[in-house]
Amino acid sequence: MNGMQGEQSIRMRAPVRQTQMLRKWRRVFPLLTMSVPFFLLMVLFAYVPLWGWYIAFTNYYPGESILNADIVGFRNFEQLFSGNQFLTAMRNTLVISAIGLLLSPLPMAFAILLNEVKQKWFAKIVQIVSSFPNFISWVIVYSIFFAFFSIDDGMINRLLFKLGLIEQPTDILTNADIAWWLQAAITNWKGLGWSAIIYIAAISSLDQEVFQAAEVDGAGRFRQIRHIMIPGLMPTYAVLFLLGIGYMLSSGFDQYYVFTNSVVHSKLDVLDTYVYNLGLVQLNFPFSTAAGIFKSVVSVVLVFTANWVYKMATGKSII
Amino acid sequence: MKLSTTDRIFDAFNYLFLTIFGFLTLYPFYYLIIYSVSDPQEVIKGIYFWPRGFTLDNYRTVFELDRLVDATIISLLRTVIGTALTVICCTLFAYSLTKSLLPLRKFMYRGLVVSMYVSGGFIPSYLLISDLRLLNSFWVYILPMIVVPFYLILIKTYIEQLPAELEESAMVEGAGYYRVFFSIILPLSMPILATIAIFQAVGHWNSWADNLFYATDPKLMTLQLMLLNLVKTQTISTNVLDAQTMSSMKVTPESIRTTVTVVVILPVMLIYPFLQKYFIKGIILGAVKG
Repeated sequence: MNGMQGEQSIRMRAPVRQTQMLRKWRRVFPLLTMSVPFFLLMVLFAYVPLWGWYIAFTNYYPGESILNADIVGFRNFEQLFSGNQFLTAMRNTLVISAIGLLLSPLPMAFAILLNEVKQKWFAKIVQIVSSFPNFISWVIVYSIFFAFFSIDDGMINRLLFKLGLIEQPTDILTNADIAWWLQAAITNWKGLGWSAIIYIAAISSLDQEVFQAAEVDGAGRFRQIRHIMIPGLMPTYAVLFLLGIGYMLSSGFDQYYVFTNSVVHSKLDVLDTYVYNLGLVQLNFPFSTAAGIFKSVVSVVLVFTANWVYKMATGKSII
Repeated sequence: MKLSTTDRIFDAFNYLFLTIFGFLTLYPFYYLIIYSVSDPQEVIKGIYFWPRGFTLDNYRTVFELDRLVDATIISLLRTVIGTALTVICCTLFAYSLTKSLLPLRKFMYRGLVVSMYVSGGFIPSYLLISDLRLLNSFWVYILPMIVVPFYLILIKTYIEQLPAELEESAMVEGAGYYRVFFSIILPLSMPILATIAIFQAVGHWNSWADNLFYATDPKLMTLQLMLLNLVKTQTISTNVLDAQTMSSMKVTPESIRTTVTVVVILPVMLIYPFLQKYFIKGIILGAVKG
């Protein structure tokens, strides 16, 4: 009898479990259709290309089959690192990033200046106006600078000539001596107002009572800025600075591609434009891939090192 | 409150500096606009604050260029289709990632986050695009940009802080995840979706490197790359326009270039004053997350 009952209950339980499974599957299935296709799309474009790193270790030439290419080990890397063009691109990238880090307090300074304005509408207008160039493409930025600084039709040259301040038009866009600093100025023209917004938000989240207390104690505006505001903004600055270190090798393609010309190329050829030229213009796929691998690996190491430093100092993580 | 002399001097310099900085950002755009509506032959005498010999000839010529009209259509199409797909796909994906019932939820989320820091690099991506038969296809503008990990994180965080009761009561009444998504989650997420849509739309409108890399077919030319070619070829003093059009319309290469530039900036310039609060919200949310 007991055995019979046991068997029966097993027979009973199986369909119950099946319907439960079915019910759960019915709940899960819609969720899978919401996620899996997009997850696979992300994997396709973000991770599948990693397979192509293989090319850097071969003598593949576009047009032939990758499988027929010989494996050459690290020879491409050795030749790449000893080549002048790579070293120039590396130097330019590092110098441009160093100038960027050197000028990185500017958005904070700009935010502080905006905050010192008593007429809030004025500060708001300056903030909105100065953020705008962040939303136009580098092509437009180039077109604008060309309209102002070119030799034949440049507005600045024409004006200076008319005023008798110059006798011959000068073209600062083809001046290799100032190319790095000019690009830094252009970067700030485009991005300063926008980058300041983070600091403006940070300032408004600082404790206003501390400022009032300092005022009561007779601390003037400059002492308040120096002893309360700047220390209060330091955590934000530190995070952005460390993130900046992580992106040291990523100058970006757009800016340096549009502003380059035969005269300033030796100063504005950065890793991103170098990888492009090597790959799609010179069709040297193995070298270009090797340079790309170098950039990716160093960037990841930099990001994690920066994160580690920040974690050591504050116990928090930035990525 | 009494102001000391140094305070007053500081204020004066501060206002002066901010005014100059604001002027330096605004004036170039103003200059391009007055240049584009000035008589090209008069402009040579120099214009500063007012157009010389007002004319719309430049615009007439520019919009008669078939290639420019085609490029505008391509740019508009990628902006509209690309933005719509990104918003809907990222929101669906983000919503499913908030559900603990979803298998491999943690794994998928980690995969997304890590993808922001690793990159296969230029040539491997190029070969993938080529293997997918996406070279010289309109979809090369759209597909790689659909899933944006950064937006996903923002939307997921936003959905997580929505009140759970609404969703639960709908679930109790038997609504499925898609019903809940379209009737509750989507309407409630509009503020964050507006921010993301604007960022993505501006990103698509401004994008041209993918055009340069992957689409050499003139039919797929975007406005941005067309403008770049226009500016770049002019620097070596050859012209994209044929000489006939030029002389008959009295336009110059400079006036055409300036006018196209204005046409390309105009959409962004028109939406910016009205939508700038969404732009600002975007960066502040991003800062909190990052």
